[in-house]
Amino acid sequence: MASKIFSQSSSKTWPDFLLLGATWTTAISITVIFLWVVLSIVGQGLGQLSLEFLLTEPMNAGRDGGIAPMLISTLLILVVCLAVALPLGLGTALLLAEFSVSDKRFGQWVRRSLDFLAGVPSIVFGLFGSVFFSKILGLGFSLLSGGLTLACMVLPLLIRATEEGLRSQPASYRQGAAALGLSKTTTLFKVLLPAALPGLMVGLVLSVGRALAETAALIFTSGYVDRFPASLLDSGRALSIHIFDLSMNVPGGDHNAAASALVLLALLLILNGLAAFISLRWSTKIK
Amino acid sequence: MSSLASLRQAKRNDWCLINSLRILASVTALVGVLITVFVLKEALPALQSIGMLRFFGDDAWYPLEGQFNLVPILLGTVLTALGGVAIATPLGLLSALFCQFYAPNILASSYQRLLELLAGIPSVVYGFWGLVVLVPKINQLHPPGQSLLAGILILSLMILPTVALLSTASLGDVPKAYLQGADALSLSRWTTLTRLVIPTARSGLITAIILATGRALGETMAVLMVCGNVVQIPNSVFDPVRSLAANIALEMAYATTDHRSVLFISGLVLLALVGLLVMMASVLGSEEREKTRGI
Repeated sequence: MASKIFSQSSSKTWPDFLLLGATWTTAISITVIFLWVVLSIVGQGLGQLSLEFLLTEPMNAGRDGGIAPMLISTLLILVVCLAVALPLGLGTALLLAEFSVSDKRFGQWVRRSLDFLAGVPSIVFGLFGSVFFSKILGLGFSLLSGGLTLACMVLPLLIRATEEGLRSQPASYRQGAAALGLSKTTTLFKVLLPAALPGLMVGLVLSVGRALAETAALIFTSGYVDRFPASLLDSGRALSIHIFDLSMNVPGGDHNAAASALVLLALLLILNGLAAFISLRWSTKIK
Repeated sequence: MSSLASLRQAKRNDWCLINSLRILASVTALVGVLITVFVLKEALPALQSIGMLRFFGDDAWYPLEGQFNLVPILLGTVLTALGGVAIATPLGLLSALFCQFYAPNILASSYQRLLELLAGIPSVVYGFWGLVVLVPKINQLHPPGQSLLAGILILSLMILPTVALLSTASLGDVPKAYLQGADALSLSRWTTLTRLVIPTARSGLITAIILATGRALGETMAVLMVCGNVVQIPNSVFDPVRSLAANIALEMAYATTDHRSVLFISGLVLLALVGLLVMMASVLGSEEREKTRGI
């Protein structure tokens, strides 16, 4: 937090009081609304939540039973997503961060493309996935198609975090490595990447969170089927789609939808905490 | 001799490394191009056979009978997004001022953490909450509940963290010397903030609003779940509306031929709007960098 150098005595006139009142009111109301959103979902979902809910198959279109197949489908989609996004993201981030002199022009174009990608609405990713992965590559409605679509979506986030992690490494590491006559490859893989690992982990965790939260991009790519997927080429219903389907298309599905939403929120909270923990540990180590 | 060979080996490794990195980066850069190309390709048949004018001139949106009037849907998109931005902007700015100038340090950082958590809540969860909590409340006020108002409120909640967090960052970039100068002149807080801090951070604040607008325009799930999805020009905020993104999500499953192609045109429109906004934001961003370099 910056610069709280205002002396207390400087607030005297009525606009000052107005602003003081407005900022505090805003902050308090937003906190209250946040608690309202979270607590009402906890309140509706907690009664439904049990170990059995996590481990059984849905019955009666999801009104009864659990969410085991959705958890498996979600996990498989995430695995596909990361398997593709990680090498692409890591490679791109390395090029952008470490070869910014030799590949300046190219780097600028890549960055522009990533800025654009970061703004593309998720439903458009869904349209693209349904044409490119499902139709042209012939993957149909499948976990593979959904995971690949999400991989395209998380790339900007993953690359930005990784690049920042690399750029925050002190120049002395690179100079030292160069003075020892280490090749660029050795410098990258033996010095910079291990040092920047926490940054990569934060990017990874945030990307998983983004992919976990996504719904619109999966409707036309991985589909709605709510049984256990037989393979990666099988359709499977992600947790977020389950929430959507139960609350919109299944009358009386609200309680299980709330419980599923609670599971999703809990997973995201854990990931968020993990990211915060890694970056905290990292920043204290640098100091 | 052997050291020379190992040097040569190292050089070869470096050459392999940089070229494989280039290939990976090219694939990444290609994703954006592929998205544009394929959405455009699928949209072209309808653009050619139907033509732009009929999207504004047709009787109504009856896609199965070949009537493709997009005006109510475009209006629904713009109204929900602008309404959301209109509410989120003042609240986000006040939140940012709270974090930077009013709250004690510990409260400011926990409030910021809370905003980050708010930003991390999935849109489908916002939609669900809107559907089971907000919509019944609006229904008591004025039926049917699923309405433009519900969409605006949910969207403002969803984009508020974007506005607030980005604004906080750009307010933090205001040089400390300015604030010390203002204090030395014993300007009031109101004057300092409205005449000095906000104008200095202006382009960063505008960027925040632009990016939030992009997010609001493209938002699908929450809008789909709370807006009622009736294709009509709303007479009041209590009337249900349908947005472009929601329209795609609703009809893609059964759309064929021209109808499907029209949905891709909706996607293309979203893509163009967002692309324009991103471009504006990046121009503003580079202006900002020029300015700070000048100081």
